[in-house]
Amino acid sequence: MQNLLAPGHRACAGCSMPTVIRLVLDAAGTNTIVVSPTSCLEVTTTPFPESAWVVPWIHSLFENASAVASGVEVMMKRQCKDTNVLVIGGDGSTFDIGMGSNSGMFERGHKVAYICYDNEAYMNTGVQRSGSTPFCAHTTTTPAGELSLGNPRPKKDMPAIALAHGVPYVATASVAYPVDLRKKVERALQTQGPSYIQVNAPCITGWTFDAGTTIEIARLAVETGLWPLFEYVNGELTEVKKIRRIKLVDEYLKVQGRYKHLYKMPGGAEILRSIQDIADKNIAMYKLVD
Amino acid sequence: MMKVVEGSYAVAHAAMCCSPDVVSAYPITPQTHIVEHLSQLVADGELRAEFLTVDSEFSALSVLVGVSAAGGRSYSSTTSQGLALMYEVLYNVSGMRLPIVMTVANRALSAPLNIWNDQQDSIGARDVGWIQLYSENVQEAVDTTVQAYKIAESLEIMTPVMVCMDGFILTHVYEPVELLDKEQVADFLPPYRPTDILDPQNPKTFGAFADPSTYTEFRYLQYEAHLKALSKIENVAKEYAEVFGRDFGGLLDAYQADDAEIIIVTMGSVVGTIKEAIDGLRAEGTKVGLVKIRSYRPFPAQALMKELKNADVIAVIEKDICVGNEAALLTDIKAAFYNSNLRMPIIGFAAGLGGRDITIKDIRKAVEKASAARKGIESQFEFLTLRKEIL
Amino acid sequence: MIKAGELVKPGSTQITKTGAWRTFAPAVEHNKCIKCSLCEIYCPESCIHQESGLFVPDLAYCKGCGICSHECPSKAIIMVLEEK
Ligand SMILES: Cc1ncc(C[n+]2csc(CCOP(=O)(O)OP(=O)(O)O)c2C)c(N)n1
Ligand SMILES: [Mg+2]
Repeated sequence: MQNLLAPGHRACAGCSMPTVIRLVLDAAGTNTIVVSPTSCLEVTTTPFPESAWVVPWIHSLFENASAVASGVEVMMKRQCKDTNVLVIGGDGSTFDIGMGSNSGMFERGHKVAYICYDNEAYMNTGVQRSGSTPFCAHTTTTPAGELSLGNPRPKKDMPAIALAHGVPYVATASVAYPVDLRKKVERALQTQGPSYIQVNAPCITGWTFDAGTTIEIARLAVETGLWPLFEYVNGELTEVKKIRRIKLVDEYLKVQGRYKHLYKMPGGAEILRSIQDIADKNIAMYKLVD
Repeated sequence: MMKVVEGSYAVAHAAMCCSPDVVSAYPITPQTHIVEHLSQLVADGELRAEFLTVDSEFSALSVLVGVSAAGGRSYSSTTSQGLALMYEVLYNVSGMRLPIVMTVANRALSAPLNIWNDQQDSIGARDVGWIQLYSENVQEAVDTTVQAYKIAESLEIMTPVMVCMDGFILTHVYEPVELLDKEQVADFLPPYRPTDILDPQNPKTFGAFADPSTYTEFRYLQYEAHLKALSKIENVAKEYAEVFGRDFGGLLDAYQADDAEIIIVTMGSVVGTIKEAIDGLRAEGTKVGLVKIRSYRPFPAQALMKELKNADVIAVIEKDICVGNEAALLTDIKAAFYNSNLRMPIIGFAAGLGGRDITIKDIRKAVEKASAARKGIESQFEFLTLRKEIL
Repeated sequence: MIKAGELVKPGSTQITKTGAWRTFAPAVEHNKCIKCSLCEIYCPESCIHQESGLFVPDLAYCKGCGICSHECPSKAIIMVLEEK
């Protein structure tokens, strides 16, 4: 494996994000320019005067990575360079604050591969809810309490938003499935036009789970049906990762601090059932089980 | 080639002559015609640039961050609400030392919504680290556009420039303008050759975050670049005059100021009206002069003091207001005086807000008030034309 | 010397030895290793390398997160409390 992200970065011990970056860069190679929005990724990998990035990398603001990447891509085309242009950004910039800029980039059809490492909240600022936070997860702005069972709204369907823009390559991936992730990045980079890959990336600090289990948590998200691995090419569903032995969502939820209130509070059991319903819907929709 | 054209066309044409790689902008009155003309120039193949239509001004300038960091020359144009929406990117561009050039077609800010000219928009962005050059007429806006690239891109400066021109008054006026010759501009303005770009052959990290141990030094370097820009702006204006035969001043320009007892200081298109008023007043024996600020950032404190030192009183007329204090140019000028030996009354006027005309009569009123202030200042700052009857 | 305003050099976080963060350290029993390289792939610190066919963690950077140990299919890596 090529090491295009140097050690010495400041991500928490057990953070999945650096592994996502390493896998993405391994697939993309050195002829690559990366644009990143403000996020955990940015603060942990580029504390001046250091940088963990071995490829050229630029950070501008929280909500403009897609616009910056558009500018970079246009310049590559103008100079007839076949350099890969990637955005690697968190769910906050992807789902929420950067939506306008993402929409513009998708709509203009730039050949940019947009990789969202999705840790399902604003982690850099201390675990606040984002549009990607799943139903009833506890975050610091959707805390569980007497009147609250956590985030009251379901996770925003960002892949569908990308598809609605006519993005020719849209896929989900997981840090627990490195072969699948690398393959998808390669396909994204071969796409003439924009591509979007949303990678499940557990956050040990925000989700709270046992040390060492980061990858196992990500695997459970897939095995329960809560994080289906799919791929759309030109709007057609072309690939779904089948699950050999489907697991109940309970296995995934009970090992994470962000859901622990559901096991203690009145009304929690009902919520757990509706989270199982979300998984069941995915299982049916994507035919996850043979 | 002298032609009667719309101000917006003249500026679009000037931007074209600077051969940007990428233009990205978002329409907003009264800047719209500039981007429409540029789009047409691209569509007609006259300007071999990419024109990126975007979702917002915020994205327009963000696109240029990518272009500039990848080594491209870029251009944008905006005004008012659009400039306000760019605010966060403005700091980012100057902090990353990206020499982007942007025309600001000065306009008032909402609320209340108003599409007409004043300079509140760029004044509100005076501290964002961009060089700000104000134009008196269309020709100056044209010439300043070329100078702006030369200043911005010189390696010791590497600082973005706003070329400010009064919305409608200059963007929509048809007047004879000497349109530039692309080749002549190319001779004057060397290709953009930054030392660092996004390049896989020589990978670098742009936009790392700096903690308290280094952030101050980043800011200091920007401050220092502005100090260096003081002479750069002068030199580029001189060089330009030698090649193109036109000179609108460097950091500032003066009119009838040498022996003036009352000196008006201002920026932008109102200079024309003030000159006319001065001619009238001079004919009547009142010794009035004018100093036009061309470079508001960096602020030419020393050059200004030289021009003002023999006056008895200064009147500052400006199209902005710093609600809660007075107005920006007035404060800056008074600050420049404070630690000097010069002492004279300085009186400020907010005028022309939201497109209200500034007439020769208004200028005369300001001069009268300034003249009276010689015997003792009554108020330091006033609204020049306030309709008390509708308050 | 740090020069403000200069662009950052690639891969330069290497000067920071994050191994100091560690409480538990991975110990590899090479005879159990089946060379699947999952530890190398999953390591967030890019700090597991192959050295003459063996997978070894670079303890200068290893933060002791335990992912390699947990993911090792042959249980060849155990986390041991470090005496400092
Ligand atoms: C305009 C703006 N608003 C808010 C912030 C503060 N902020 C910085 S990073 C961040 C959250 C990032 O969340 P996400 O994109 O999910 O990345 P993560 O840190 O979770 O990896 C926030 C809210 C900012 N930098 N800029
Ligand atoms: Mg996040």
